[in-house]
Amino acid sequence: MKRQLLVSFGILAAVSMAPLAGQAQKKVAAKTSAPKNVPYARTPWGDPDLQGVWNDATSTPLQRPNAVGAKDVLSDDEAAEFQDQLKNNLSRDRRDGGAEADVNRAYNEHWMDSRRLKITSDHRTSLIVDPPDGRIPPLVPLSPERQKAAALRAAANTRFNAGLPESYRDFTLPVRCIIRTDSPPYLPIIYNNDFQIFQSPGFVVINPEMIHSARIIPIDKPGEKHPHLGKNLRQWLGDSRGHWDGDTLVVETTNFRPDDGVVFMGADPETYRITERFTRVDATSLNYEFTIEDPHTWTRPWTARIPWSKIDPAEQMYEYACHEDNYDMGHFLIGARERERKGEAK
Amino acid sequence: MKIAGCAIAILLFAALPGFSQKPAFPPYKPARMADGHPDLNGIWQAFVTANWDLQDHEASPGPHPEIMGAYGAGPAGQSIIEGGEIPYKPEALAKKKQNFEQRMMADVSVDKKFHALGDPEMKCYMPGVPRATYMPFPFRIVQGSSPYILIAYEFASAVRNIRMDYKVEAPTNAWMGWSRGRWEGDTLVVDVTGIREETWFDRAGDYHSDALHVVERYTPVSPYHLMYEATIEDPKVFTRPWKISFPLYRRMEQNVQLLEFKCVPFTEDLLYGRFSKQAAK
Repeated sequence: MKRQLLVSFGILAAVSMAPLAGQAQKKVAAKTSAPKNVPYARTPWGDPDLQGVWNDATSTPLQRPNAVGAKDVLSDDEAAEFQDQLKNNLSRDRRDGGAEADVNRAYNEHWMDSRRLKITSDHRTSLIVDPPDGRIPPLVPLSPERQKAAALRAAANTRFNAGLPESYRDFTLPVRCIIRTDSPPYLPIIYNNDFQIFQSPGFVVINPEMIHSARIIPIDKPGEKHPHLGKNLRQWLGDSRGHWDGDTLVVETTNFRPDDGVVFMGADPETYRITERFTRVDATSLNYEFTIEDPHTWTRPWTARIPWSKIDPAEQMYEYACHEDNYDMGHFLIGARERERKGEAK
Repeated sequence: MKIAGCAIAILLFAALPGFSQKPAFPPYKPARMADGHPDLNGIWQAFVTANWDLQDHEASPGPHPEIMGAYGAGPAGQSIIEGGEIPYKPEALAKKKQNFEQRMMADVSVDKKFHALGDPEMKCYMPGVPRATYMPFPFRIVQGSSPYILIAYEFASAVRNIRMDYKVEAPTNAWMGWSRGRWEGDTLVVDVTGIREETWFDRAGDYHSDALHVVERYTPVSPYHLMYEATIEDPKVFTRPWKISFPLYRRMEQNVQLLEFKCVPFTEDLLYGRFSKQAAK
């Protein structure tokens, strides 16, 4: 449906693909310290320098596709084939779904970030690096309350996908322009995969292009701790605190709001923990790594690593005014009421 | 010659009522960043009531005293404008009055009239410049060693990236505009263009066109204060450029931080409630 394509946020579904030939393995050694004595490596006040505009787009899926088996890293030939198949799945120029699908895909193609069609340069088959199978760990049994919440969300999604949302509450947070990919963990999507990092003494600030929110991270030092907000002060983007572990910025975020869609994959905000690590690798790249755990949701913690590339300074980040021009909300709802009036609703 | 020039300047300024109200700060040498420029980092907030009205205004009951009582009321305040009043063209003043009358209205049912009604603040739209500076919410200046200075505002999580010594003109219009900065001595001067014409200056309906040009000046005058000035120019709406000024105060509470005022959820019933299935019945 057009609607689904227009709002294709979230994780890339596992792609189907033919088994890949070849056995060559390339082990990925993640660099964990920034080089010394190079101009970009340090701010004048002595912290590793992460300032700049970064892009995290890649076609490498979060989870390893079943078709690649246990292979975590591909040879050059395999990687080329993997990239082609992912590109074919992500690209809208497929011409295999009929005229209506073609038109809808052509619309979406307009938004496609070209960097989104390339796999990571280290040829991994999943962004998840732990567990070793490259997959999100199995779920633990959900409590009856959370099962009920999940069922309500599923019903709202069904109404939305059928073109019959009852109210704005049937829309997800990204469609309502409340939060989008400005909330950690940062995962690549179709467009606007840009982040500008600002630093000042004692602070790192991440400004994702989508939505415009600035994530202000106070940096703890020995003898200079910034206590988290009180537990009754919860936020859409949580409350982040950072510290330097060698040359790696480690960010821990708590105090997420309990609303559906705030934390990853419907985890329990009370027990959800996310730790992110930002490590400058060289002049034009950094490694972004996040570990998520929630004993109420997954059987074990899991970790993903996404390379960020510095983009040309001339390629500016622009304002993403989501709510200010959110014509879609009215369109969807007015359309739904019109369908009901015509008797199209079941 | 020099003496005569000074005398004329003093006479000109003395004629402007706003001038005498300027707080006098003793000479101050600000703390500096490694590049030698003043360090403006911190959380700042204005304590004027210009968001209700840039000009002199009495306390007012607000639009719905029958349900809001004193909760909805607005505070009295003195004008922050040099000379006291905004120099509107006569025809533009009528539009301001209409804005005020329609400030609480919103109708997003027709695309072409999407932005026709209502104060953008009420709809939780990014407030634009200079309004963001005197909203009753704090903001943080993030100044590091890159050629960009970020201002993050608590209201609506609006942000502005000030591009220092940057040549490229605004590529398109934006709610928070296109900000380019430079240092003049210890003053950060920010030239702002490309501001969406839908932003307002206050709840009194004061407005501008797509020709708005704002030049802001941030000058540290003590460890705890920045003097803020903005010159506002828009030949389509005003007869001449005009100027506002007020101090910004450093927020000093222990552990104070910018919190979220993500107000979109507070506007959804107003904007979209009438299109719900419940409302249609």
